[in-house]
Amino acid sequence: MFAYVVRRLFNVVITLLVVTMVTFGVFFLVPKLTGSDPALLYVGKTADAAALDGIRTKLGLDDPIYVQYGKFLQGLVVGRDYDAGPDTTHCAAPCFGYSFKTDQEVWPYLIDRLPVTLSLALGAAILWVIGGVGAGVISALRKGRAADRIVMTTALAGVSLPIYFTGLVSAAIFCYWLGWLPPPGYVDFAVNPLEWATNLLLPWITLAFLFAATYARLTRANMLETLSEDYIRTARAKGLRERDVVGKHGLRSGLTPLITVFGLDLGSLLGGAILTETTFNLRGLGEATLTSIRQNDLPIILGVTLFAAFFIVIANLVVDLLYAAVDPRVRLS
Amino acid sequence: MTTSVPVTELGPADLSPPKSFLEVRDLRVQFATDDGIVKSVDGVSFGLERGKTLGIVGESGSGKSVTSLAILGLHRTRSNAKVSGEIWLDGEELIKADNERVRRLRGRKMSMIFQDPLSAMHPYFTIGQQIVEAYRIHHGGSKKAAKQKAIDMLARVGIPQPSRRVDDYPHQFSGGMRQRAMIAMSLINNPELLIADEPTTALDVTVQAQILDLIRDLQEEFGSAVIMITHDLGVVAELADDILVMYGGKAIERGPAEAVFRTPEHPYTWGLLGSMPRLDREVRDRLNPIKGTPPSLINLPSGCSFHPRCPYAGRNGDRSFTERPELTGTTHAVACHMPPELRREIFIQEVSPNL
Ligand SMILES: Nc1ncnc2c1ncn2[C@@H]1O[C@H](COP(=O)(O)OP(=O)(O)OP(=O)(O)O)[C@@H](O)[C@H]1O
Ligand code: SF4
Ligand SMILES: [Mg+2]
Repeated sequence: MFAYVVRRLFNVVITLLVVTMVTFGVFFLVPKLTGSDPALLYVGKTADAAALDGIRTKLGLDDPIYVQYGKFLQGLVVGRDYDAGPDTTHCAAPCFGYSFKTDQEVWPYLIDRLPVTLSLALGAAILWVIGGVGAGVISALRKGRAADRIVMTTALAGVSLPIYFTGLVSAAIFCYWLGWLPPPGYVDFAVNPLEWATNLLLPWITLAFLFAATYARLTRANMLETLSEDYIRTARAKGLRERDVVGKHGLRSGLTPLITVFGLDLGSLLGGAILTETTFNLRGLGEATLTSIRQNDLPIILGVTLFAAFFIVIANLVVDLLYAAVDPRVRLS
Repeated sequence: MTTSVPVTELGPADLSPPKSFLEVRDLRVQFATDDGIVKSVDGVSFGLERGKTLGIVGESGSGKSVTSLAILGLHRTRSNAKVSGEIWLDGEELIKADNERVRRLRGRKMSMIFQDPLSAMHPYFTIGQQIVEAYRIHHGGSKKAAKQKAIDMLARVGIPQPSRRVDDYPHQFSGGMRQRAMIAMSLINNPELLIADEPTTALDVTVQAQILDLIRDLQEEFGSAVIMITHDLGVVAELADDILVMYGGKAIERGPAEAVFRTPEHPYTWGLLGSMPRLDREVRDRLNPIKGTPPSLINLPSGCSFHPRCPYAGRNGDRSFTERPELTGTTHAVACHMPPELRREIFIQEVSPNL
């Protein structure tokens, strides 16, 4: 197991390096190759020539590419100064860039937004795993009966309805019509945990519904396959109670493939968060992404991209380690 | 041989109490599928005493596994299976018994060794965990004590360094070792009835012999009744007291092993003997193994279901094609329309010289 972890960690470092190269390439190199002026993207079209020159010197946009990449990496690891004579802007490590448009470092800005997205993601993830897996197991055990049909029909609705539709409709019903829930908003967990939860409930359910549907279908398929395996028959032949046959032997292998899917979903959650946050007016990372795109604020877009990429790589690492913990055949090979 | 009760005495209408330790009467197992009703086992009866071995032979699909799963009550979890007849184990009828009762017998009073130990063991649990579970389901007690029992049992079935190997996963064992572990798991509760469903098919020849020896030794030690299922008549001739030959879900020949092996009377059994590998003969000198394919269990051929493949079907006028032959005879019973004298003559004159 130890050797496996070391090998995986090494892979992660390499992957992260590649991620920075690709991101750097896209944001710095491509404008250069297509002949557009990257400096323009940093300050906006209205800037005068002097401002553009200033930015160009600050970012070192006239330096060779490897020097620029080197500085970019250096910024991530130890921080960097955007230096133009007397006018120096410091960006502390990990420097994800500096937004000259809004005059702030990207990293603190993202970190500031993180709790909202994290709260949204975690709550939704818990809901969709429990709900999706539970529904899938019930469906598998009641294959072909009424419960199975209800779950599968609901799941179909879940995967096909867009977030802004389910989100807005449920907000209309529960917040404004029935008045059961406060209008969605973000209250810091440290300030008031109960309000934190009730305010996020609707966004959670909306986001979870989308994912839970996939999990219900996957769980059902995996469970049906697992329950027809020879080793399940062996478990029954030993005299094991049916609930242990399903709950211990069946779930263990039926749910293992879901770990992979869960990792991928966590990674792609930002996409769902953009829609959910805009639908419910939450100021998290998703909303930050959308705003920065609208305002053409390149450093923030870059920062979010890099952040998301790092997050996906880490999520994959966690998945692989979890998988190895669950499936002995992985860690021993 | 005074082992089991002659099958013919046990008709479906027979209400007499069971005489043997295990008595199966007119067992039928049917599966409802999209293509129609599959009659996997169609009226099979046999008896078996403690300490004795019954060999069940037959081609793939003849219903051997379905029969043994029926005894363990393992068709109960399948919604499309219909099981009828009677299964008496030690004076207790199992088909009508409730689920919980049968579950308590499973793995304790009766247990099973499966064909492919790699797929039959859970890949995510260690060998030890799986044996410990098998023990604790029925005896409870501490995990530690159960693990010690598991280690002892692994040593008994010939696993080297059992106290270390007990923590290995199934995929870390070789095929032969896995089957030994499977046997250890089946025997952990000293079952009185052990069903071995092709326990050596997945193994190479030398390991096969070791495993069969092991099962025989353990049977002598524990005095269990054993049902040994196999394709290989040779294996069963050596190990079994009685042999039951199945074809298309029916018993077509049954009797003491010696009789069925030395003087078989059913044309299908002749074919099985003819397809046994022998080192002392060239293949081309041998009797042809059975031609054609096993019958469809959804639309069984009329009359004797073996008739499309039987070289002697024409010797009985229309009967082989229209009338189902019953299993007749006392100790050595055969389901064939040919008169017994004719069958014996054909075997001696035509079949035996070519074997
Ligand atoms: N659950 C099921 N549903 C439908 N048909 C089944 C089911 N289980 C078994 N059968 C059918 O019953 C027949 C007998 O199967 P069985 O497994 O008993 O054969 P077998 O004699 O053990 O063969 P083998 O030597 O290949 O193990 C086969 O044709 C099989 O397709
Ligand atoms: S009854 Fe007829 S077809 Fe069937 S085995 Fe006997 S001779 Fe062959
Ligand atoms: Mg079989």
